[in-house]
Order: sequence, then structure tokens, then C-alpha cells
Amino acid sequence: MSLYQLSKLLFHLNRDEDLKQKFRRAPQAAIAPFELSEEERRAVLEPDIGLLYVLGVNGQILMHFAAFSGVEWSDYLQRMRDGVKRHGPVRAGIYAMLSDVDEKVAGS
Amino acid sequence: MSLVFSGVCSHAPGITGRAERADPSLRDPFYKAFGDMRDALHAARPDALIVIAAEHFANFFMNNMPAYALGMAENYDGPIEDAAWLRIPHRTIRGNPDLSRRLIVEVQQTVDAAYAEEWRFDHGIMVPLHFLDPDNRLTIIPGNINCQGPPLTPLHRAWAFGEALRRAADTVPERIALVCTGGISHWPATPDSGMINVAWDKEFLDRWARQDKDAMLAYSDTETYRDAGQGGFEIRTFVAAAAAARGKGTVHFYAPIPIFAVGCTVATLEIA
Repeated sequence: MSLYQLSKLLFHLNRDEDLKQKFRRAPQAAIAPFELSEEERRAVLEPDIGLLYVLGVNGQILMHFAAFSGVEWSDYLQRMRDGVKRHGPVRAGIYAMLSDVDEKVAGS
Repeated sequence: MSLVFSGVCSHAPGITGRAERADPSLRDPFYKAFGDMRDALHAARPDALIVIAAEHFANFFMNNMPAYALGMAENYDGPIEDAAWLRIPHRTIRGNPDLSRRLIVEVQQTVDAAYAEEWRFDHGIMVPLHFLDPDNRLTIIPGNINCQGPPLTPLHRAWAFGEALRRAADTVPERIALVCTGGISHWPATPDSGMINVAWDKEFLDRWARQDKDAMLAYSDTETYRDAGQGGFEIRTFVAAAAAARGKGTVHFYAPIPIFAVGCTVATLEIA
């Protein structure tokens, strides 16, 4: 579990144009400097937004990575719900889900 | 010269980024309240506007997280987010490092605020500026309270920060406006996005508008997290505004708009 390193990678990816380009070109190499577990590495590369959420990535970091990955807002919310369904409750951090897995709080 | 304006507002990215998905009967009066706040702000003829936000990992990260930070740069730029996603065009914002330095020196008499000579604005500052300074005319001094990465600064320190900002504004010869921006209850960027505890919000706003310091500072973070979500930690910005202004607050607009993920708020404070 290296949530700090995972969050740090996504923090840099959100704000660093060079890293974004590198990630698009050669994702494995781009994330190599960060000490991630296999599960975290897989979640980033796939990308599995739901798993990243369950791993505890702060939503203020994750929502931008989702947008960068081409995931639209309602789909982003759904992927997090699906992540909880598939991988269980959020394991760390302060962004745990309270509502039912099938509840669409924002209406969509 | 003095503090010439003080207000608070919401800053959620959906306010601009998902505008068309909101109920127009709520959205349009909310935008109008922002417009009225813009007019009042500019009528106060500020030489600079301090925007105290609750940054979301655009500049500050858990490798070195300041409880309080103030900008001290010639220029800033934003939004750091994709401009198409936020629907706010990228722009360069004028700062004033000399004024920043003088304000920071006074703030630091009582609160150990960090300073930053680089700062890229995220939606937390860009959404308010989009409404309050659409023509990019104002000189901006950004500030931040860590409301994202616990351990968080206690509410009584956010109050002290507001007091320090007021003292600093009164010390410099320039006319200073202050806008503090945060959510009240909300669960942003989670599957619970859109959940809003209206009763909690109204109770908080009542305490805030009455300038009831003890009641405003009475919330524990455990209670806030339970009742108002992780977004509720941003009440620190409202607390700072109240401490700076000292006068009663007027809530010009409050309504929960779920697709904006927050109880949308526009309010001002009397300078006393």
C-alpha cells in the first residue's frame, strides 16, 4: 500500500504537461519513478477509476485524472460506484462513499 | 488603508463546467447573486482583492503542506484544470508582490503563513474570479487554507488567520477587498457528489451571519465530516472571512444545486 506515492503520481500528472505527454507516449516509463504496488500500477495504467477510488485517492486528484482519461462526469461517478461494488469499500483517506452503490445522488 | 469589502462564495467546478445541467430556476438567480456581488465588489474600488481559497492539490501537496499560504508573485495563471472541462478560458492574473510582502509581514505577526512566489489557480479561485472579475481587471492576492489533507488547521486558527488578514489590510495604504471561498456541506468528487445537508448549511450560515464566534468554532472535524462531508472542512474559509470583517453577514443566495455538488452560496459581511 503506497497511497502517498500513488497520489503523488496523479498530482504531478494533473499539473505537469510534460509528464502528461510522456504518460500518453510511454505510460510504464512515466510512472516508473513512483513506488507503486502492482495493484496501484494496474489501476493507473488501465485506468481503473473505481479501483483508484477504493484505494483512497483523494477525489480532488482523482476527478482530474478521470477527465484526463476521457471519462465524463456522470461516468466518473458511476465508475466509483462500480469500483466499490467490485473491490469493496474505500480503504483509506477521507473520500469514502456513504450512499448506496446504486444511488445516483446527483441525479445522474 | 483598510478592508473595503468582505464576502464569501462557492467555487465548485460544476458551477461553470456543468452549467447546462442545472435547474435554470436555481442556477440563474445564483449567477445573478454572483453578478450583484461583482458590482458591490467593484463599487468598493479595491486596489487588490485577496481571495482565500481551499486549494485542491494544484500547488500544495502532502510532501510539504502549509496550513496557510499567501501568494507573493507578479503574476498568476489559471485555471490549472483543462479549460474545456472547467469552461473557463486560461488567463494570466496580475499580482502585486510588494503589497503581498507587506501583508504577509503583518499576518506573520500572529499566524505563520507560508508564502508562494509561484501559484497556479485551480477552480477554487478561478470560478469566483470568472464571476467576480470577468474582465480580469483586479489585482489578485491568493491565499489558501489547507482543507484537504488532514491534519487540518483548527477552526480557531482559521479565525486567527482572518483576524491577521484584517490587521494586515488595515495596515497597508491600499484599499483591500477580501473574498473567501469554500463549500459548506458537500461530498465533492465522490459518488456522493450532489449530497447536500441543507439543515446543517442553514445552521452554519445562521451562526456565521450572526457573528457567533463560539458557535462557529464549536464544530469538531469528526462532526463536520459526519454531517457535512469532507467538503465541510472548507468552512475554515468562511470562518476567516467572519473574523476579518467583524460585522454581520447577509446571505444573498443559498440553494442546494446537486449537479454543482454544493449548497451554492453568495454572502457578504459588513466591515465593522
